[in-house]
Amino acid sequence: MTVNRINAFFVPLIVLSLIGCSNSNSPNAGTTGSKTVKLLNVSYDPTREFYSEFNQAFSKHWKEKTGDNVEIDQSHGGSGKQARAVTEGLKADIVSLALAGDIATIAKQTDLIEGDWQSKFPNNSSPYTSTIVFLVRKGNPKGIKDWGDLVKNGVEVITPNPKTGGGARWNYLAAWGFALHRELGSLEALKDSSKKAEVDAAIAKAKSFMGDLYLHVPVLDASARAATNTFIQRSIGDVLLTWENEAFLAFKELGTDQVEMVVPPMSILAEPPVAVVSKNAQANGTTEVANAYLSYLYSSEGQQLAAKHYYRPRNNDLLSDEQKAVFAKLTLFQLTDLVSGWDEAHEVHFKDRTGVFDQIYQADRK
Amino acid sequence: MSVNAKDLQTGSNDPLWVRTTVITISVAFVALMLVLPLGVIFFEAFRKGLTAYLKAFQDRNAVRAITMTCLAAGIAVPLNLVFGIAASWAIAKFNFRGKGLLIALIDLPFAISPVISGLIYILVFGMQGWFGKWLEAHGIQIIFAVPGIILATIFVTFPFVARELIPLMQEQGSEEEWAAISLGANGWQTFWRVTLPNIKWGVLYGVLLCNARAMGEFGAVSVVSSNIRGGTNTLPLHIDALYNDYNSVAAFAMASILALLGVVTLVGKSLLERKLEQESISSLESKTTEVS
Repeated sequence: MTVNRINAFFVPLIVLSLIGCSNSNSPNAGTTGSKTVKLLNVSYDPTREFYSEFNQAFSKHWKEKTGDNVEIDQSHGGSGKQARAVTEGLKADIVSLALAGDIATIAKQTDLIEGDWQSKFPNNSSPYTSTIVFLVRKGNPKGIKDWGDLVKNGVEVITPNPKTGGGARWNYLAAWGFALHRELGSLEALKDSSKKAEVDAAIAKAKSFMGDLYLHVPVLDASARAATNTFIQRSIGDVLLTWENEAFLAFKELGTDQVEMVVPPMSILAEPPVAVVSKNAQANGTTEVANAYLSYLYSSEGQQLAAKHYYRPRNNDLLSDEQKAVFAKLTLFQLTDLVSGWDEAHEVHFKDRTGVFDQIYQADRK
Repeated sequence: MSVNAKDLQTGSNDPLWVRTTVITISVAFVALMLVLPLGVIFFEAFRKGLTAYLKAFQDRNAVRAITMTCLAAGIAVPLNLVFGIAASWAIAKFNFRGKGLLIALIDLPFAISPVISGLIYILVFGMQGWFGKWLEAHGIQIIFAVPGIILATIFVTFPFVARELIPLMQEQGSEEEWAAISLGANGWQTFWRVTLPNIKWGVLYGVLLCNARAMGEFGAVSVVSSNIRGGTNTLPLHIDALYNDYNSVAAFAMASILALLGVVTLVGKSLLERKLEQESISSLESKTTEVS
């Protein structure tokens, strides 16, 4: 009968969907005697490999210390997008993002994180740091050694759009810091009100350097990973501005026969911060374990793992000489040497239309 | 004026070189834009051998991604099937106010970008959105969780079944239903024994397309997904994540499942199209015999 034939088609479909439902509702099997706690760490893209390993280490540590099991879920994406997701209700117990500005946004727009979050853990709540370096083609055919070489004739620079990517903002500010330092000889002049005329002249010169730099950018990708793919997989450009840890990772995954790393004499100290999302942690009953998790990043094992994944640890004493040799020595300046913080950085540099980036980028294209 | 038989056969009197050029261009274009990328997927997937390919499927997160995709499609497709049949039934067989509006609204998901459809859910169910606070107070999580993925999938696949059935049912008219009712059948019997058998191939066709889209959707689910591995990542999102991890063998292995699904859909689609065509010819024939 036709009806039966049609039933034979619909019924399995409906049954299938029901099976799907019941599967997703099956409770987590917990071992008797000890609790199983779940943590969600919402992070940005390049930390995936590091946190995969750190999570296992922490689970083991927590089990030894308390007897409880802890399962940590990781969520990765663009830093700004992840911050937005937490703001909109992604139930993170912990955030570990690319820049303090992104965590500050969550704290400002919601009551999930306290306003003084950055003072809750040592070193501005940044357990590891990184910096911005260059990846060039094998043999460095264009002879790129320093920021100034990026604007030489015929050099194509790959860096993502600083308005959309966290990493891209560090790239931009590193170049900006270099330009100001070149003009002023020292960044301390920026805080010295008696040298205002000198500083203004330097800023004008730095703006023209930045304009020149972004004229050398053929593709403005949306995120750091996308820019890495443009440079490596699509072979576009002569130099990629990138996180030091991303540069190392690209080596490890893709081999060293295509590209090499150039560390400029001076760059910015990038501090990716971490925070407990207090309100979510309270609701999930994970406040204690979430704080222990972040503290463990500062432990000997946490710092060793960070170094293993090419993040510069805060405490160099915990590293072997071999590990220390991995990280090239260079002069690092801080974000706060340039501006008061991410609010000012956003206001002055990345704001729509009035920001320096929009001014130089629009002016270039006219 | 005389038309020679050969021209009628080929349906054109263009010179040979025009025909060859046009055919070459279209074949080359299809080969370059469709066949080549499809080939690349399988080539890349098997580049490191069959073991590496199969290993990609043993990963817990891969299994979870496949389950998530099946779950989303498994709920979205039946719901859209019921809705599609109901809507096209209403539109084709009855006249009511706002019918034009209903047709236009059904098309809405076709007209707007999937990313926007994802964002709509954020605006409605997000913490800063309309119902966010209320849902929070009642402990209900919609976006960044399984319900969000399902909602987004339902939204983007909404029109497929209905769009397929509306023209079919309009063409068929409601004479047969009237006949059934006048012979004493109730509404339910009419539906199961008259309407449904008439549209069954159309339904299947719509379901097939709906399913392909539900499993392949990226934009809308990407917005509402929590980006947690082994969490709400569907197959397309998992592929993207693997690719960004420089894990291209696993990424292409996963992509090969979606590509296979595409091929199966394509074959099924052409079989069904043939079936639909036959059906409409035979119904035309039977109508002609009735008249004579």
